[in-house]
Amino acid sequence: MPEVLKAPLAVEFPFTRSLGPVQSAFLTGLRERVVLGVKAKDGRTLVPPVEYDPVTAEEIRDLVEVAPTGTVTTWAWNHEPRRGQPLDTPFAWVLVRLDGADTALLHALDAPGPDAVHTGMRVRVRWAEERSGAITDIACFEPYDGEPAGPTGHSGEFADAISGIVAFARLDYTYSPGRAQSDYIHALSERRTVGERCPSCRKVYVPPRGACPTCGVATAEHVEVGPRGTVTTFCIVNIKAKNLDIEVPYVYAHIALDGADLALHGRIGGIPYDQVRMGLRVEPVWTEGARYPDHYRPTGEPDAEYDTYKELL
Amino acid sequence: MSKEPVAVVGIGQTKHVAARRDVSIAGLVREAAGRALEDAELTWADVDAVVIGKAPDFFEGVMMPELYLADALGAVGKPMLRVHTAGSVGGSTALVAANLVAARVHGTVLTLAFEKQSESNAMWGLSLPIPFQQPLLAGAGGFFAPHVRAYMRRSGAPDTVGSLVAYKDRRNALKNPYAHLHEHDITLEKVQASPMLWDPIRYSETCPSSDGACAMVLTDRAGAARAPRPPAWMLGGAMRSEPTLFAGKDFVSPQAGKDCAADVYRQAGIADPRRDIDAVEMYVPFSWYEPMWLENLGFADEGEGWKLTESGVTELDGDLPVNMSGGVLSTNPIGASGMIRFAEAALQARGQAGEHQVDGARRVLGHAYGGGSQFFSMWLVGSEPPES
Repeated sequence: MPEVLKAPLAVEFPFTRSLGPVQSAFLTGLRERVVLGVKAKDGRTLVPPVEYDPVTAEEIRDLVEVAPTGTVTTWAWNHEPRRGQPLDTPFAWVLVRLDGADTALLHALDAPGPDAVHTGMRVRVRWAEERSGAITDIACFEPYDGEPAGPTGHSGEFADAISGIVAFARLDYTYSPGRAQSDYIHALSERRTVGERCPSCRKVYVPPRGACPTCGVATAEHVEVGPRGTVTTFCIVNIKAKNLDIEVPYVYAHIALDGADLALHGRIGGIPYDQVRMGLRVEPVWTEGARYPDHYRPTGEPDAEYDTYKELL
Repeated sequence: MSKEPVAVVGIGQTKHVAARRDVSIAGLVREAAGRALEDAELTWADVDAVVIGKAPDFFEGVMMPELYLADALGAVGKPMLRVHTAGSVGGSTALVAANLVAARVHGTVLTLAFEKQSESNAMWGLSLPIPFQQPLLAGAGGFFAPHVRAYMRRSGAPDTVGSLVAYKDRRNALKNPYAHLHEHDITLEKVQASPMLWDPIRYSETCPSSDGACAMVLTDRAGAARAPRPPAWMLGGAMRSEPTLFAGKDFVSPQAGKDCAADVYRQAGIADPRRDIDAVEMYVPFSWYEPMWLENLGFADEGEGWKLTESGVTELDGDLPVNMSGGVLSTNPIGASGMIRFAEAALQARGQAGEHQVDGARRVLGHAYGGGSQFFSMWLVGSEPPES
């Protein structure tokens, strides 16, 4: 049995976030080495602050400064820090209740080992050298045995408050197209298009998925289709996509390969874009080393009758 | 035991715009929810459960927003549910909330859907660079344009129909203070002169990217009796789904859409939708979907939907107004778009739609779809409670 393909897939994007008044003050405060909480309606001070009261749901905006020192309320040792975590040496994840706060903040504690960490231990903020208005402005916490530091009584008003942040999100996957699509891709390397027939409804799926989405049964019977096919419908793309290296205008078409029961998608070339039509007969054009046909071009045959492909749009 | 009748007693929306940089996501949803409660003259304490929906997580990068938004939506100590059905999610979310009331699980439910497209990236979310696949497609328009061409071929509709829809919806939006696009100088000529992006779809026949949220308060008969303003009553509601791609799929008029509409009409006792329904707010992200859905929803025979559009039947003062709010073509915070359709239907049935009110709208259909025409959700609301 041919090899099932696998490849890394990294999904990464910088998301922008508008902060609103409370998060804006909190993150701007960190830039200025000030930790702000918010007063809830029951008198508690919440750090990190939230915009709406967790008990009454009322809007809360009464910002108060708390100390950069506090107490560990619980912790977990991180043996192997990963990319993007606060420290690149082993550290403790800690919940820290800052002096003056009633809730705890999640951060990292720089400690030599798990034996040096305990619930109830005193810690203080280690500020980052360069601060921009982000939670990483607190580089981490560090053990501290001095007196609680007094807040300076900051009001939460800043001259140049930040209003938004950019939050990078990244997900790393190992992607596998599975057995059926792997077979399809292996066949394409021989410039053959091979689908699978459903044992129940007898429809030929190209590309195959290993199962029929209508009947819900596994498919295994290989059926070679094409190479020729019919353009069943299409659009003319006039805007260039950032992630695509295709000159516009180009024709993006649904192509029903001869013998297939649903259309696959491809680009039409070898004909002016404004002469492409439904029913046009086409064949694949390969370029050296490519996994897929570069495009499809007219075969010169007469156009297919609408009735022969109207179920394959 | 019969179902509890469901009433819409509060509706709230944000003013939809390209970018709401002044508020967080929590602040945005709060604004819509607060307005819905205000409309119903209720407080957070009156709400028994919260049901929210948003676009797929990749769009905004916020995973499980229901965790982060519980306090902003007054859901602490109450059940909170999240619904996922791609672009139709706003409609399905409202239906999940309505079913909680109909089943007498809860008396009063707050339902809400939102999206900040300015802080998301739908184009990216829809075109991940999947290994071994050939990158070909340029956005949702490229996906839907071939289906529009298929409709034009099948129906013989003249090329101009798409521009008529866009011109109508943009003019309707001028009467809706919450609509995103207010193109005061819109003309049919401008629509028809706008560039072809994905031929046969022109720029002016596509939806904008919007930031916005929409919320509704749904309640039972007792809640409706206490409501300060006339409620809209749910007369029928249904959801259907089908695979995105399968042999024999009819993209022009998907079976799931037909089945969904038939279920709603059966529940509401609608024999002839064209005769029995007064107005429709449907999910039309590209203008040609108006005639396509008119057929799919049974307002016209196959191949005949464009004639309703062309003859002015779907205009605000026509016999069957469609997209009185200005529609998705004028406002598109994707995650909220389905709920905005449902809310507009309810506003019309309540007689609360202001300048874009259809006189005498007694039964109004709200419709949403999503995925590659894969998910459908619809409700029919009326000015009178359902017959028991």
